[in-house]
Amino acid sequence: MNRRDILRRSAAAGLLATPAAGLLSGCATGGGGDKNDAETYQGTKSAENPLGVKEDAPLEVVIFGGGFGEEYAKAHEAMYTEKYPKAKIKHSATQEISKTLQPRFVDGSPPDVVNNSGTGQIDFNGLVSQNALADLGDLLAAPSLDVPGKTVKDTLLPGAVEIGSYDGKFLVLNYTYTAYGIWYSNKLFTERKWEYAKTWDEHIALCKQIKAAGIAPWTYAGLHPRYMSWPLISTAIKLGGPSVALALDNLEPNAWKSDAMKAAADAWHQIVKDKYILEGSPGLDHKQSQTAWCQGKAAFISCGSWLESEQKDVTPAGFNMTIAPTPSLGSGDKLPFEAIRGTAGEPFMVPAKARNVAGGLEYFRTMLSKKGAQDFTKKVASLTVVAGSSEGVELPYGLNTVVKALDASGANGFNWVYNNYYRKLERNLVDAACGEFFSGRIGPAEFLDQCQKGADSIAQDSSIKKYKRAA
Amino acid sequence: MKHGKWPLIVTFLVPPVLLYVFFVVSPYLQAFQISTTDWLGYSADANPVGLANFKALWHDDYVWNALKNNVILLALVPVLTIVLGLFFATMLAMGGRKGSAGVTGVRGGALYRTVYFFPQVLSVVIIALLWKEVYHPNQGLLTSAAHAVGLPAPTWLGDPATAFWCVLAVMVWSNVGFYVVLFGAAMSAVPKEIYEAVLLDGASRFTTLRRVTLPLLWDTVQVAWVYLAIFALDGFILVQLMTNGGPNFSTDVIGVRMYDTAFGSETKFGYASAIGVVMFFLTLSVAVLSLRIGRRERIEYS
Repeated sequence: MNRRDILRRSAAAGLLATPAAGLLSGCATGGGGDKNDAETYQGTKSAENPLGVKEDAPLEVVIFGGGFGEEYAKAHEAMYTEKYPKAKIKHSATQEISKTLQPRFVDGSPPDVVNNSGTGQIDFNGLVSQNALADLGDLLAAPSLDVPGKTVKDTLLPGAVEIGSYDGKFLVLNYTYTAYGIWYSNKLFTERKWEYAKTWDEHIALCKQIKAAGIAPWTYAGLHPRYMSWPLISTAIKLGGPSVALALDNLEPNAWKSDAMKAAADAWHQIVKDKYILEGSPGLDHKQSQTAWCQGKAAFISCGSWLESEQKDVTPAGFNMTIAPTPSLGSGDKLPFEAIRGTAGEPFMVPAKARNVAGGLEYFRTMLSKKGAQDFTKKVASLTVVAGSSEGVELPYGLNTVVKALDASGANGFNWVYNNYYRKLERNLVDAACGEFFSGRIGPAEFLDQCQKGADSIAQDSSIKKYKRAA
Repeated sequence: MKHGKWPLIVTFLVPPVLLYVFFVVSPYLQAFQISTTDWLGYSADANPVGLANFKALWHDDYVWNALKNNVILLALVPVLTIVLGLFFATMLAMGGRKGSAGVTGVRGGALYRTVYFFPQVLSVVIIALLWKEVYHPNQGLLTSAAHAVGLPAPTWLGDPATAFWCVLAVMVWSNVGFYVVLFGAAMSAVPKEIYEAVLLDGASRFTTLRRVTLPLLWDTVQVAWVYLAIFALDGFILVQLMTNGGPNFSTDVIGVRMYDTAFGSETKFGYASAIGVVMFFLTLSVAVLSLRIGRRERIEYS
């Protein structure tokens, strides 16, 4: 091998060894948008068929192959074919929604139903700003499949439509209903005669007691520290009311530095200052921290209601995980202690360029039927946005506490959506700030500054489409 | 042979070249074109914006931060890997004692070589997950070892002060084995007579390594250098799996930035392509530069 060979080979290696750059464009461009328009399937609308499904039109469903598996979707598909026996359903599941479907969106030939979830999820801001999603308004207005006298919209839990709406248009069906709160082991608390604290002062006192018993009061996912932004923001909203969340979502100037946010950050700084966090937590990822919690090394953890099924394999028998709302800061709180963050999750969508849009909507109607929803809850132990669909279904311990917490919260439930509007703000910027804050490297003021700086950078970025929501 | 030359060339060269052009070169050319648009990746609409993406890149602090980390990797990973690789290879090839009769390796050299090569057999994903457990701040091997000897341990991947160095260590660890084997193979190609002559002249081992082995291995070292430099400019998989650039962007690299911009927190394919184009030129310049700097007279054995 002489030098010229090496040079030549190295140049080739240079081209080969940075495949990531080529990867971006390997599937790009060259697609023409509208070639499929002539072939969309549309049947005639009737009382039996309010969405106008063409009964022999094929339907393609792509499911995120994550924690829920794909069996539930196959069951929904079977229900669909029961009604439309001539329709052929093409089903597939993938973990990489974005990479799998990106070329098909560009090409103008996306599937009819997409479960856009997981870490390979497509950013909704991108999809919505490119008008890639079909309007699901007709679905809401259509009568429910098996609840007589009600439209689909009437059967949904509060907040289910709002979270999937962008500038007033309902584009994304979030199918599961998730509560976000603080989790503890009821078994541990009963054994030690501890009681979950309802106010922040009591919470700190309880933490002191827990620490004295040789257990760390808190742990969190240090490598995904945004999990801790949830209780912090919840505390602020309970203190200052839903307008605190509205300001964050609408990127209002200094929304992150409102008095309520300041009070909440100061309060939460206490658990950092007093070293109430399991040592080493900043170096744990979500699985590792949740496992430490299941092993009884820490008493509290912040998570959503998927925690129970995610931890199924490592939770000791009789652990009895229980969700609770964040403690109230004081008597001045605008929302009662019971108020908990509840929101629809697990997004499903029908691409605007899907050939069988009507079929996609009808498939959603099947999912949102009482039968479809109950089947889902039975199969994957998660609540759906369909009201009352968990009735008569035997739920695991943790999910039962979620149902109770949501019931108690009732109309006081709250939520925010800035993370849906601007994924980068939560996933990158607030996340980084939380990491610094909860590991004690910065104080509350710097923390809020850093979050505000992140929000401002999104607000100023003209390449990101902005959304506003009304209260 | 002569009249059969062309069919042979056509059969064996044209298909691979076509494949290469289609699957490697053409996406690259497309990336250049995409980098001048505001394409968002999920529709066919893309408006030309000229060099606006590159201008935005220039003012993007996160990209500069990632680049800075890549530069540190570029300065350290090749040097550490090559020095360690050379050291181990030398020990394996001539670390043994056999009097003055000749040069032999240490006992059990084959076993060591297998052990060193082991990381190379594992998929990078497995390496990342493995080390994530080693760096586990409470149960990890490292923390336990530190506690066992009474030392305090940091939270490794959870602290911006240590996370970057932890990832760097894994990069070196996962690469060294390959270069031990590569250098070892090159060393075994060096004629024994040279070493015998050197030994007769009474040269020490270090002098032998510096004055004889290294010059004879120079071409191989140079290839290693270029490959490692390219690796250091990428480093994507390990970083993405171990820390995803955190905490607080302390381990961010340019590859992660690009991925995050296209598939992660945003879907800005035009902007991500611009990052890719910058990466391409950086890698190319580094490859060419390291070859230029490393230019030396070639030594023929014959």
